[in-house]
Amino acid sequence: MDTHIYDMGDIDIAWCPGCGNYSILKIVKLALAELDIKPHELVLVSGIGQAAKIPHYFRTNFFNGLHGRAIPPATAIKAVNPGLTVIAESGDGDMYGEGGNHFIHAIRRNPDITNIVHNNMVYGLTKGQASPTSQLGFRTPVQVKGVFLEPLNPIALAIALDASFVARAYAGDIEQSKVIIEEAISHKGFALVDVFHPCVSFNKVNTHGWFKEHTYYLDDSHDPLNRLNAFQKAIEKERLPLGIFYKNPGKPTFEENVGLYKQDKTPLSFREKERGARLVNLIRSKK
Amino acid sequence: MSNKFAPDNSDVSVVLCGQAGQGIQTVERILVRLLKLSGFNVFATKEYMSRVRGGSNSTEIRVSSQRISAFVDRMDILIPFHKGALNHVQKRISPQTLILGDEEIIPDDFQTSGNRYVPVPFAQIASELGGKIFVNIVAAGVVTGMFQVEQSLLGNFIRKFFAEKSGEVVQKNIEAIKRGWEIGRKLLDSQKSRLESWKKQDVSEQILLSGAEAVGLGALAGGCNFLSSYPMSPSTGVMVFLSQQMDEFDLIVEQAEDEISAVNMALGASYAGARAMVTTSGGGFALMTEGVSLAGMTEIPVVIHLAQRPGPATGLPTRTEQADLELALYSGHGEFPRVIFSPGRLEDAFFLTQKAFNLADKYQIPVFILTDQYFMDSYANLPLLDASSAKMEKFIVRTKKGYRRYELTEDGISPRGIPGLGEGLVGVDSDEHDLEAHITEDLDLRKRMVEKRLKKLDSIQKDIVPPELFGSNDYKILVVGWGSTYGVIREALEKLGREDTAFLHFKQVYPLHEKTRDYLEKAERTIIIENNATSQFARLIKLYAGVDIEARILKYNGLAFSVEEVRARLKDIIG
Ligand SMILES: Cc1ncc(C[n+]2csc(CCOP(=O)(O)OP(=O)(O)O)c2C)c(N)n1
Repeated sequence: MDTHIYDMGDIDIAWCPGCGNYSILKIVKLALAELDIKPHELVLVSGIGQAAKIPHYFRTNFFNGLHGRAIPPATAIKAVNPGLTVIAESGDGDMYGEGGNHFIHAIRRNPDITNIVHNNMVYGLTKGQASPTSQLGFRTPVQVKGVFLEPLNPIALAIALDASFVARAYAGDIEQSKVIIEEAISHKGFALVDVFHPCVSFNKVNTHGWFKEHTYYLDDSHDPLNRLNAFQKAIEKERLPLGIFYKNPGKPTFEENVGLYKQDKTPLSFREKERGARLVNLIRSKK
Repeated sequence: MSNKFAPDNSDVSVVLCGQAGQGIQTVERILVRLLKLSGFNVFATKEYMSRVRGGSNSTEIRVSSQRISAFVDRMDILIPFHKGALNHVQKRISPQTLILGDEEIIPDDFQTSGNRYVPVPFAQIASELGGKIFVNIVAAGVVTGMFQVEQSLLGNFIRKFFAEKSGEVVQKNIEAIKRGWEIGRKLLDSQKSRLESWKKQDVSEQILLSGAEAVGLGALAGGCNFLSSYPMSPSTGVMVFLSQQMDEFDLIVEQAEDEISAVNMALGASYAGARAMVTTSGGGFALMTEGVSLAGMTEIPVVIHLAQRPGPATGLPTRTEQADLELALYSGHGEFPRVIFSPGRLEDAFFLTQKAFNLADKYQIPVFILTDQYFMDSYANLPLLDASSAKMEKFIVRTKKGYRRYELTEDGISPRGIPGLGEGLVGVDSDEHDLEAHITEDLDLRKRMVEKRLKKLDSIQKDIVPPELFGSNDYKILVVGWGSTYGVIREALEKLGREDTAFLHFKQVYPLHEKTRDYLEKAERTIIIENNATSQFARLIKLYAGVDIEARILKYNGLAFSVEEVRARLKDIIG
């Protein structure tokens, strides 16, 4: 399938020239096209931030909710209509900061959604404050003494919670990132892809050059089914691994666990079962 | 006065008082059911502490020849289950109160100071039967005996009630209730008692519901198939009720990680085509307010059940209050329409909750059901609810190519599509948006979008539930109440027996019905009764109907009003 099917045509895009978000937009479209997922079969759910504007540059169904709240609606959308491909996509501040609690519990709940996090290690839209993934010492107009909070490590956190799929990509590498995101979307269960990308306006430290120098790809010797190894890789500090860290493919999903689809595959959204008789029985049982 | 039980009035109030964990709730559940089965009207309400063990909790069961739904201070029969019980309800003990209990838990001075006290060796009987746990059932038996519940009902009832227990346990419980029944029967002065005439065949056929169940059933009738919430007293009952119905009704009930997630999940579900609801209390709702605003902006239907308890903050977790009206009214930043219902009767809770789903869907707005602990935790019998009159109205459209979610229309309501139904694409956005839901800073369009959203209020007018007037149309004095105070105000006014005084009950508190002003202006004097400290509803009436309410009867100690209290305070005002 051609990625043009997702294109919005001539629109005004609010991202800065050279922003990594453009690459991620392209990567996600490429992955979806490769998987032959049509716009009406997809729902893109986002929060608020520069990254979270992605649904506006995408011809598909979308739910652009509140800051930090992409995951809860995405979880529910998938549960009431499992036929849809659901992607929850936002920035690092949105997903790991404001939405941190949802991130943690979504891993436990394991809805079959893909969680793509544009990780530029800074708050872009609000003009350059520290994000949960900002590095120690990172100076901003607010963090005037430099960041002294230990950066959040989403990969290690997800593996610690035995997430279903954990990967990291880099926006500068379209080909490899496309493959990772394709696999994440195809994976059954909650799939995290943390995507490194530079913020050209507010992060002068973690630039393309920096990412190139400080990352490397996990090679074939890495077994993504081995949780301990995955965790070890996740806490490496010198150079940060890219690729699929961990997979736990056997986990039942939230939609499976709610138990509504065992016999009847009709999405809850479209079920039109008459409730009258059952309701009358239930009321009578209250005698 | 004789220590025999000889009821001739039309109702008796039985109070059980024990520690948390002693199982007085089991006694309550058994008694309410058996008495109803026997043909009595029943009403049960409880007040309890926020703890799992210990303390002092009490339950009042009113047994009556007529339908009732109000708390009374009066105690005709008191069964204390622990030493602190008498202290706990001391203010309510009168010379008429017949106290039944173990000698060990009744203080000596109490036994000799002219109270009507009948020793009943509950503990001893229970231990003969095999242990303390039977105390409850023996006590339930005593009350059933006093009310001449047919002995033949007991065995079957206990078998059903303890269906999940072993045969031996069931047998022991049957023995226990029968032992109690024998004692109770001897306490009744059957010569003087008029109890038999209270019993009515049609009542025994009626159903018994708590407020929580009535809201839950209403949700099912309204088509609810998605509930996401976070446990918080007193709203959890609705979540528990609906959880039990998951498989039978194709329903998802999910306990979210917090209320913020709960409301955002509900909106996601609703966006995708579910009929979604949340149930919460003030503190949890405070966290949900961002979602109310999101519902306003995205025009996603959602039903919010807000069961009030006293605040601020954690307040009194298991007590009651009507102090979150303004919170519900003003929750969510920005300007957008909403509807707030406040059921007074169990039937109201059923029909209004059902209607809430239809209205939310029709106008694509948040709709509130405002209840409180008193309402949630009270039980009563009522005629079978007519589920067939509860029609589920759906307003989702199948989309065509080129569909735009926020099409500008005459009445502000844009046809609502859902993803995957039809050829169109469905977007929603928390930012100000254009017709296709894409983010915009076109300020002319912004203005039109604000007007579009607010215009829906005009159409909502025709769906406003009118206030209900009780009493003569030629009233001079008008008493106003809303929500759960319905039963107590009605009964107090009946007892007061004044021809010139009527009662206006609001089960929709916002938007107000257009007749509100006429009703109020017609009265020479107006009195509002609210379970809060600042008369929030009077303020709302002033704001939206432009009428000042003259006198206020307020209560904010965490307890519901009693009939006696409302009557006395009305009398103080009316004279
Ligand atoms: C409840 C709430 N708090 C704060 C904001 C302001 N805000 C908007 S985006 C954002 C952070 C953006 O950072 P990130 O999620 O990393 O995305 P980026 O802009 O870098 O892509 C903040 C704090 C908001 N919109 N809502």
